Amino acid sequence: MNAPETQVKEIANASAPHGVGARRPLVDGVEKVTGTARYTADLPADNALVGLLLRSPYAHAELLEVDISEALALPGVRAVITGDECDMPYGVIPIAQNEFPLARDKVRYIGDPIAAVAAVDEATARLAISRIRLKVRELPAYFKAADARQADAVLLHEKKQGNIEREVHNEFGDVAAGFAAADLVREETYECAEVHHAMMEPNAALAAWDTERGHLTLWSVTQVPYYVHLTLARCMKMEAAHIRVIKPFSGGGFGHRTECLNFEVICGMLARAARGTVRLAQTREESFLAHRGRPESQMRIKLGLKRDGSITACQAEVVQRGGAYGGYGLVTILYAGALINGLYDIPAVKYDGYRVYTNTPACGAMRGHGTVNIRFAFESLLDSMATELGLDQIAARRRNLLKAPTETINGLRVTSYGLGECIDWVEDVSGWAARKGKLGGSGNIRKGLGMACSHFVSGSAKPVHWSGEPHAVIVLKLDFDAAVTILTGASDIGQGSSTVVTQIVAEVLGIDYHRIRVVANDSAVTPKDNGSYSSRVTYMVGNAALDAAENLKRLLVTAAARRLKVEESEVVWYGEAAAVASDPDRHIPFADIAEEALVGTGTLNVKGTFTCPPEFQGGKQRGGAVGSSMGFSYVAQAAEVSVDMDLGIVTVDKIWAAIDCGRAINPMAVEGQVQGAVWMGLGQTLCEETIYENGRHMVPNMLDYRVPTIVESPDIEVHIVESMDPNGPFGAKEASEGPLSGIMSAVAAAVEDATGLRVRALPISPPRVFAAMQEARNAAANEEQAL
Amino acid sequence: MKRILGLWINGRWREEAVAENALLLDYLREGLGLTGTKQGCDGGECGACTVLVDNEPRLACSTLAHSLAGRRVETVEGLATEGNISPLQRAFHEKLGTQCGFCTPGMIMAAEGLLRKNPHPGRDEICGALAGNLCRCTGYVKIIESVEAAAGASA
Repeated sequence: MNAPETQVKEIANASAPHGVGARRPLVDGVEKVTGTARYTADLPADNALVGLLLRSPYAHAELLEVDISEALALPGVRAVITGDECDMPYGVIPIAQNEFPLARDKVRYIGDPIAAVAAVDEATARLAISRIRLKVRELPAYFKAADARQADAVLLHEKKQGNIEREVHNEFGDVAAGFAAADLVREETYECAEVHHAMMEPNAALAAWDTERGHLTLWSVTQVPYYVHLTLARCMKMEAAHIRVIKPFSGGGFGHRTECLNFEVICGMLARAARGTVRLAQTREESFLAHRGRPESQMRIKLGLKRDGSITACQAEVVQRGGAYGGYGLVTILYAGALINGLYDIPAVKYDGYRVYTNTPACGAMRGHGTVNIRFAFESLLDSMATELGLDQIAARRRNLLKAPTETINGLRVTSYGLGECIDWVEDVSGWAARKGKLGGSGNIRKGLGMACSHFVSGSAKPVHWSGEPHAVIVLKLDFDAAVTILTGASDIGQGSSTVVTQIVAEVLGIDYHRIRVVANDSAVTPKDNGSYSSRVTYMVGNAALDAAENLKRLLVTAAARRLKVEESEVVWYGEAAAVASDPDRHIPFADIAEEALVGTGTLNVKGTFTCPPEFQGGKQRGGAVGSSMGFSYVAQAAEVSVDMDLGIVTVDKIWAAIDCGRAINPMAVEGQVQGAVWMGLGQTLCEETIYENGRHMVPNMLDYRVPTIVESPDIEVHIVESMDPNGPFGAKEASEGPLSGIMSAVAAAVEDATGLRVRALPISPPRVFAAMQEARNAAANEEQAL
Repeated sequence: MKRILGLWINGRWREEAVAENALLLDYLREGLGLTGTKQGCDGGECGACTVLVDNEPRLACSTLAHSLAGRRVETVEGLATEGNISPLQRAFHEKLGTQCGFCTPGMIMAAEGLLRKNPHPGRDEICGALAGNLCRCTGYVKIIESVEAAAGASA
């Protein structure tokens, strides 16, 4: 038999591997691998009516009449609704709400929902949809930002001259002086095609209307149940108290679901109109039409560099094709300017941004929100200019590192910064010094190496709604069963948010992982949370979980002291047990402590909160809150590629990515996030692009919208740099968006290293590689002529 | 028109009236409540609905239920034995081969089909077998590692 002290330590050690820093599998992983995880489309609802949408076949038209009389008269049709059902425009940004769940006066893109049907089965619903008659007056439609901006263009939305949704004009520092002081100034244009999230789970919602009470319950795939809840209340003119929103398992999001989407409101309205339960399962094509992806972007960027590589000034103009509605658009165009800063030390930046309305599905937030395309342009130009100056591309980046803590010229606070270590690792493992420019190749295959850096926020420091509430709230419930239930509104969309909060609570309390469970995303039960976007969960919800766990621990230590009949200062906390410091023989198990803690008070609900202090909420300039964050992740990555000079095909052979995510709460999950982000960026780099012909989506499926398969995907080696953020929970920062935006320019640099060709348009598909070859040939021919 | 369909589902003989034009996917999900098999696309694009038919991977979204009369169909729900999850399921769980989990059932069934035929596949063979199964979360790295781990564990 062991000594009591050893015994109690054994109890404590049993729980140790489950806390912060452990490579824990997901807390909901077993459900996922056994098929018992229920996603929205899996929820049993035998009596549910089938919902179906009529979508606009016109890109831009006035809606003169929507005749539903024939459809309504069909047997088995329980409801047909149109734009008349809702006259309240919605949109995630309170100052930019211009979308209706069902079109009212106009349709603005092919796919804009016009009417919806609830019927007893799919065949009936389809028949009803086919019986709806439209009368429209077609309007000129614009599918490119430049066309929509023409002086005589018809406006998609009133009072938005030139179809400009938002213009941004900022200048920080003395840009003219910066360029004057530079030894080399270059200006280039870059283009990125529009890309889409293509999360694996198609959109779906299930709505149950309680006619007796006038209550609505909605289950949906959303990343932001709270915004869905608010939008349902607004559009359906209901009390929020009469609505319940539940998010079951969710099959990914990547930003597609960071705002309430039209199908969610339509499903609720259909259920109310039909006085029953309606399932609205969207096809893959419809998910492409809901879109909210990364906009097609044109970027003109100018940099000034000293001979040693230090940046003296940056000037950038960005035009984004925003699509038909506001959505997150104004945030996206602000992000693109704001996060030019925060990665390197840049003394002067001028930024001009234009977000343009077009007759295409609305863009929105997509992983790396707003920062990705401009990072491609910036890093590409920096890389080219370093080469022109005869500098090593890594050395040029090192020349421009920030020194934390610092504040950027646009008011971003950088308090932890591990980019230097990230670069060191990438340089080392990629064999940079020995291999850059020397990989050669054989036959028609040329090989090359390139690198780039990137960063992202750990949660937006200023919330979308300035309600005065904390940024995040967590509730811990301790009851008679001595189980700790984490109640959270944070949406686990596969990124592992439930796992992260569990590990944090386990770390603070030191208790057995199996004693902890998570209940998430049911507005009737869990505290409000803004949702899973801008990489806010680990930092903000993690801090709230840390606070809640510490608050609970204080109560437990008090209870343990009472039961052990000693002062609190005499209690040694082992998590699964507590002992008396001077007499370790006297110890009690957690169950007894929990029992004592409930005496006289009963079930404990302990809250924890997190609030971002105002000094972190960005500069004073208009829109200055966008881009502000308490902690930035930093990433350096290198790519090795092979280019087939006959076919123009770029193959990525290997990627090395180092991330400064602060303390890695779960290193395995961090690796998974980094690999997923790099890979998703690789899709945008090599093959993904939406294509519209006269406004019609030409590739709304998973075959024609080319996402890389397992065969084309390289090994992605991940290294974690823990800079220990002073304000993150246990020093943690974000890990899932920063890694995405460097890969485009790393691959473009590697292609240049392999071929001498600089591709300035994404994706780097064979046609664009050939275009670059042609451009090089033309340039050579011109040079020859000039001689 | 419904007709009687008899077939093995996860080791149990089933015999019931099924519409002649029912897809295997709809029969599994709506007829039997086996919602582990997912629909991720509009037909044959993503692999999320992969099941095994007589040990061979098959897309349930592109298979008529009646074409499988008398055959043995296995879904992700049938892999666990006596409550113990299979080596592949364990590997996908412990090695983080699953993130959002939506592609996971199809991915695991496609990998299961591979390992039954080839218990020790090389990396290229794993990639070849999973080429029709898309995932948007993992970048596939940990999926490959999961299959390798499962193959190693069953050695």
